[in-house]
Amino acid sequence: MSAATPGGATLPTAPAVGPPLWLLLELTYRCPLHCVFCYNPTDFARTGAELPTADWLRVLREARALGAVQLGLSGGEPLVREDLEVIVAEAHALGFYINLITSGVGLTRARIAALKAAGLDHIQLSFQDSTREMNDFLSSTRTFELKAQVAALIREFGYPMVLNVVLHRLNIDHVAEILEMAEALGAQYVELANTQYYGWAWLNREQLLPSRAQLERAEAATQRFRERVAGRMQIYFVVPDYFETRPKPCMNGLGSVFLAIAPDGTAMPCHAARMLPGLDLPNVRDAPVRTIWYESAAFNRFRGEAWMKEPCRSCPERSKDFGGCRCQAYLLTGDPDNTDPVCELSPQHALVTAAVARAESAARPAGGAREHVLIFRDHRTSIPVVTGDGSGHR
Amino acid sequence: MTDLPDTVKPAISSGLKLQWEAAQDAHVLLYPEGMVKLNGSAGAIMSRCDGARTLADIVADLERSYGVTGLAADVRAFVALALEKRWLELRE
Repeated sequence: MSAATPGGATLPTAPAVGPPLWLLLELTYRCPLHCVFCYNPTDFARTGAELPTADWLRVLREARALGAVQLGLSGGEPLVREDLEVIVAEAHALGFYINLITSGVGLTRARIAALKAAGLDHIQLSFQDSTREMNDFLSSTRTFELKAQVAALIREFGYPMVLNVVLHRLNIDHVAEILEMAEALGAQYVELANTQYYGWAWLNREQLLPSRAQLERAEAATQRFRERVAGRMQIYFVVPDYFETRPKPCMNGLGSVFLAIAPDGTAMPCHAARMLPGLDLPNVRDAPVRTIWYESAAFNRFRGEAWMKEPCRSCPERSKDFGGCRCQAYLLTGDPDNTDPVCELSPQHALVTAAVARAESAARPAGGAREHVLIFRDHRTSIPVVTGDGSGHR
Repeated sequence: MTDLPDTVKPAISSGLKLQWEAAQDAHVLLYPEGMVKLNGSAGAIMSRCDGARTLADIVADLERSYGVTGLAADVRAFVALALEKRWLELRE
């Protein structure tokens, strides 16, 4: 699109802004688990009070009126909210497709029955690992047997059995066992999602990033399993972007389709965007969703291409990947306008390859995995975000 | 899959949801963390896949609604594709 100027030249204009098709409500930061790879902000304990029910219902109505249709209910653990059924019922009446993203803790028979009756469309259950010991270690709680019970309930209530397992150095060698467990639980879909390094995962990156050899073994094991269960299960393997040479088209560009609301009502163009400096994030307590989405400075900040620096600015791929992830650019380089350093065209790509190189040495049997201490997500350890290449802290 | 018998009863797959979205002026198929915006003919076919009507019923209904004939091959091909993509499943 272009517009004529008085001088007759044409200037590029921003493309029309579409609706926030995908709404994610992070209903609470409270969670019974303490996962080391959680993407929640590391200073979550300092955020304000959770929105009351009436505000969540208003957000649903306002977003739906703009065209939002895909709804994720997440957290923290959304089942901690006692009004979850009320929120689901309103969302269903409005015509949302509703996906509950849960650890399963708190999903009793009575609650799943109530959620089903309220119109919940889908449940995504997260697992840490296939062995209770590893699971309990990684989440520092004893929840594995409970998850097996929850998986049975999900099937009993007619939901597709969808498992999400976050992979990292400490469990990626168990991929075959994880998939066997998923099969035993009757899973139809399994997402093996390598950790993305934000929030708590960023703090723990030095212990969580797998080696390339680990990754290749895991992909091979996944492929063997896929061939064995062909047709019965669908398995998605998400490679950590640190091993790529081009960045992910994060959120399809910030402010393009995705709107996340934090427990305190902060509206974000990405669930990790809270960390970005200078982004004055609006709050649904203060403004309607329409104003926030279309007019706020924060949601317009990364729309279009005017914010881009080189090498993105002149790159033919900029309309494909939008420069990658703004949060990753900030965490690694200190400037959210920089090219995501995952891209090999970034002058700071060495920050990523250096992290991978450290993972290579740490993953060896005699390596330094014990040099870093895992930080479990907890109110006690909740701290402000740390940026840089991640090698210096802890 | 194009040898699908006329008697199969396709339905929207469990866990997926099909609905008309005025904001997008289209039928959309919703699934966890994604959606497919359907074109006019795909929307017309999918919205008739209710697990009760047979493939023959769906073809007849479409031909009646649009005042045309000879849709059977196209509808069968689309249903086969949608089954392959797991947008549809067959009910007894």
